[in-house]
Amino acid sequence: MSAKATLQRRPLVKKILEGADDNLLVIAGLGSPNWDITEAGDRPLNMPLWGGMGAPVGMGLGLALAQPTKRVLVITGDGDMLMSLGSLATVAAQAPDNLAICVLDNEKFGETGNQATHTSPRNNGPTDSGAGTDLSIVAKGCGIADSALVRDQAEVGQLVKDLRSKKGPVFRLVKVMVEKLEFVMPPQDGAHLKDRFRAALLGRA
Amino acid sequence: MSAVDWRQQIFEVFQDHDIKQVYHVPDAGHARLIEACQRSNSIRTVALTTEEEGVAIAAGAWLGGQRSALLMQSSGVGNTINLMGLTKTLRFPLLSLITMRGEVGEFNSWQYPMGQGTQKVLEAMGVLVTSVDKADEVKTTVDYAARSAFNANQPVAVLLRQKLIGIKDFGKKVAQ
Repeated sequence: MSAKATLQRRPLVKKILEGADDNLLVIAGLGSPNWDITEAGDRPLNMPLWGGMGAPVGMGLGLALAQPTKRVLVITGDGDMLMSLGSLATVAAQAPDNLAICVLDNEKFGETGNQATHTSPRNNGPTDSGAGTDLSIVAKGCGIADSALVRDQAEVGQLVKDLRSKKGPVFRLVKVMVEKLEFVMPPQDGAHLKDRFRAALLGRA
Repeated sequence: MSAVDWRQQIFEVFQDHDIKQVYHVPDAGHARLIEACQRSNSIRTVALTTEEEGVAIAAGAWLGGQRSALLMQSSGVGNTINLMGLTKTLRFPLLSLITMRGEVGEFNSWQYPMGQGTQKVLEAMGVLVTSVDKADEVKTTVDYAARSAFNANQPVAVLLRQKLIGIKDFGKKVAQ
């Protein structure tokens, strides 16, 4: 069904987060997106999850509603997104104009050994087939009108602009390569991550 | 209807505690409270597709400095259990109000497993559970729960017992 992905997640995420200031609040899903944003530069206004699969979009929504003047960016993977499709409809219903969601779709469950997710093509063979689920169409069907699929390097400049500043809710599905990458880990303690985030944002933990 | 409008009192407790976001699924027991929140200028209501979304949104709201409350029926509590773990890992406050089904007197046998399991599974995840079955004790119970949540960063659930909200009966509406 689809051409092979060519975009590499780490340089892409670095570009998305380039020049991040106090106006940008970032939530990353467990596994690769966590390591991706951390390689781009650990910062208090990053909330990298080590668990809570299915939570990032909801967390982004609650944060976006609480902080309407800040930009909230959720970066997560296809496996995580597949676990909480309903949250896309909830985001559409609330329509926060400061929320952007970026799903890095490598069509695999990376943390458990690269098993195919449902976003994999159907015809990948007996052990590696998915359903060809297109999450950008799912998001649009849920009511997020500004939803698009990105797969080319030439589109990355626009992608970054859309995620950082376009009127939300914005949903971008980015097809990325399957790669074996180093784990780049942020602090693990959840209460610490939460407290440093609140201290940086609110001046109190 | 009893003399004490406990649903209005819960709404007042929400305002006293500066709750800004309220998450809910459709629920007959919570309907009037949900409507009061929807009419309020100071509260943002969020309709969920499943109860577990509410836990995630509450975590995000707290990261952003806002207090919230999650309204659900006991039938939906099981949906929240995995993400309830976030309240311990992140140590953030979560106030849940749960209308009970599946208690003694329930007509629908399908409601019993989750109704009877509600308190046990919440406690298994470290959630403080308190309950109320008298209208004139609702205000104090919810107020105390909110204090534990927001003053002491605890996950707290208030079970609104079926004796309080009335037993649902096919054909005849009882104590709605």
